[in-house]
Amino acid sequence: MRNAFASTLYEAGKLDSRIVVVVADISPAGAMQKFREEFPSRFINTGVSEQIMIGMCAGMALRGLRPFAYTIATFALYRPFEFVRDDLAYQNLPVTVVGIGGGIQYSLLGGTHHAQEDIAVASAIPNMAVIAPCDPAEAHEATLWCAGQERGPVYLRLGKAGEPDLTGTAVDPFVFGKLRYLTRGRDVAIMAYGPILKTAEVLARRFEADGQSVSLISAHTIKPLDVEGVAEVLHAHRRVVVIEETAPTGGLGPRAKEIAWDTKAPCELQTFSLQDAFKHTYGTHGQVLADHGLDPEAISRKLGLSCEAITA
Amino acid sequence: MTFDVAASRRRCLAYRRRILDISQQAPAVHAAPAFSCVEMVDVVYRGLLRADRDIFLMSKGHGCLAQYVVLQDLAVLDEHDVELYCKPGGHLGAHPDYGVPGIAASTGSLGHGLGMGVGMAYAERIKREDRRIYVLISDGELQEGSTWEALMMAANLKLDNLVALVDLNDFSSLERMSEGHPAFYPLVDKLAAFGWEVRQVNGHDAEAVHEAIAGRKGDRPFILVGQTIKGKGVAYMENVPIWHYRSPNPEELAVALAGICEVSS
Repeated sequence: MRNAFASTLYEAGKLDSRIVVVVADISPAGAMQKFREEFPSRFINTGVSEQIMIGMCAGMALRGLRPFAYTIATFALYRPFEFVRDDLAYQNLPVTVVGIGGGIQYSLLGGTHHAQEDIAVASAIPNMAVIAPCDPAEAHEATLWCAGQERGPVYLRLGKAGEPDLTGTAVDPFVFGKLRYLTRGRDVAIMAYGPILKTAEVLARRFEADGQSVSLISAHTIKPLDVEGVAEVLHAHRRVVVIEETAPTGGLGPRAKEIAWDTKAPCELQTFSLQDAFKHTYGTHGQVLADHGLDPEAISRKLGLSCEAITA
Repeated sequence: MTFDVAASRRRCLAYRRRILDISQQAPAVHAAPAFSCVEMVDVVYRGLLRADRDIFLMSKGHGCLAQYVVLQDLAVLDEHDVELYCKPGGHLGAHPDYGVPGIAASTGSLGHGLGMGVGMAYAERIKREDRRIYVLISDGELQEGSTWEALMMAANLKLDNLVALVDLNDFSSLERMSEGHPAFYPLVDKLAAFGWEVRQVNGHDAEAVHEAIAGRKGDRPFILVGQTIKGKGVAYMENVPIWHYRSPNPEELAVALAGICEVSS
């Protein structure tokens, strides 16, 4: 997903000289290195200094450029938080803050590198848009949108690498601010965003093996949320499941529950997220997700799905 | 560019009087932090800034009354704007807001302006535009780590179109920095070690401020350390921490107006 972002930004940068990349000591691998070599003055490394990374982006946006700040999610959003809030959001500047490895994807590196509350934190800021694509192709679309937009600041939450293609046969195209149906069904809807949509897809297959017709939905734009779209999901399906790799407060699950209450939705609604806890565990991404109860097996059990169907 | 010092002194006296007038509109106006930087703001706007291109950024946002009165004098703001300072329906607050005429960025939280100034100066270089960025910071802002990140980055990028001015009044809101934070000094050596061209002058001496900035070598970012007095011009406000925030009551206002005169240095 990182590579899709970098190659898209490189292509966009060729067409638009206003695009600049400001990184805080993160290795410019792949296409990002190409961007750096071809546009050296438009690639700035501030070193291990995240406040100036965001401050410079604000200053450059105030002078007409279209900056992308790029580093690990915790350091892109938390470390310079007040600069993101005051410099970017308060002034409503078109700067994209790219957070790599949102959630707990840096599963070997421990809690200091886990942006497990990033969705709540970023979504709470007025003017801020929050986008989390689920696969490389969607990251490409989201990056293109960010490169061309004049709306204001964006927190673009990306995965790291190795995400499978989930959107190749999607029913809907990527549209900022709209839910994206990857498949359309009648009985069950599963909404997710970011790389954990892979788990949602596994669960969709299990529901299908159980004879259910399933809508699988990428809720890539968490803010502004497609409230009408969510209401429609809640009213058109008997059962709705939300899966998100973020804290239990401030994410899509709680928003879906609010919308369900507000619109008197008749469906059954189950939400799954990270726990409100620092786990202090290490392993693969999947293993640390499992420590939070966010693995396909644990979720399947809670949904009453048979485990035989899983492996089928 | 020659700089008429006598005219500057007359303007600065008028600015201080105007700030005292405005101080009656709100209970907390930050008059003293504005008084310490009046001369430096005047020099930037009247002696350095090329109005069609250069940018001034008030990083010590709480000193913005000094900027508002200059902007009114230059007809960028009108009298009505200033009359509605901190009032419903107005758009001038106790910290400057981006979008208000003449305000290049929102400030108020300390340690933000220099970083944005670095971004602005770098953007102008990329765009190959001849534009200088002037940023006025407080000495208190030099206690913020972010200011030092900006200082390092400006020097890394050799931003010769960036000029910073430090309002070194030696006071943050609580106490004298030389007493509370003695390791803050020596300041000039620190700034020079970070790769900036540095000059220290009396910040109330408009001629010295102008000469130092206009005469810089200009091959890297330049920072002027202006030694100032917080509350300068109103005797009972000078170096008295309460006036960081407080507005004078009508009796105190009368005393201030009776005693205020041109500042010579």
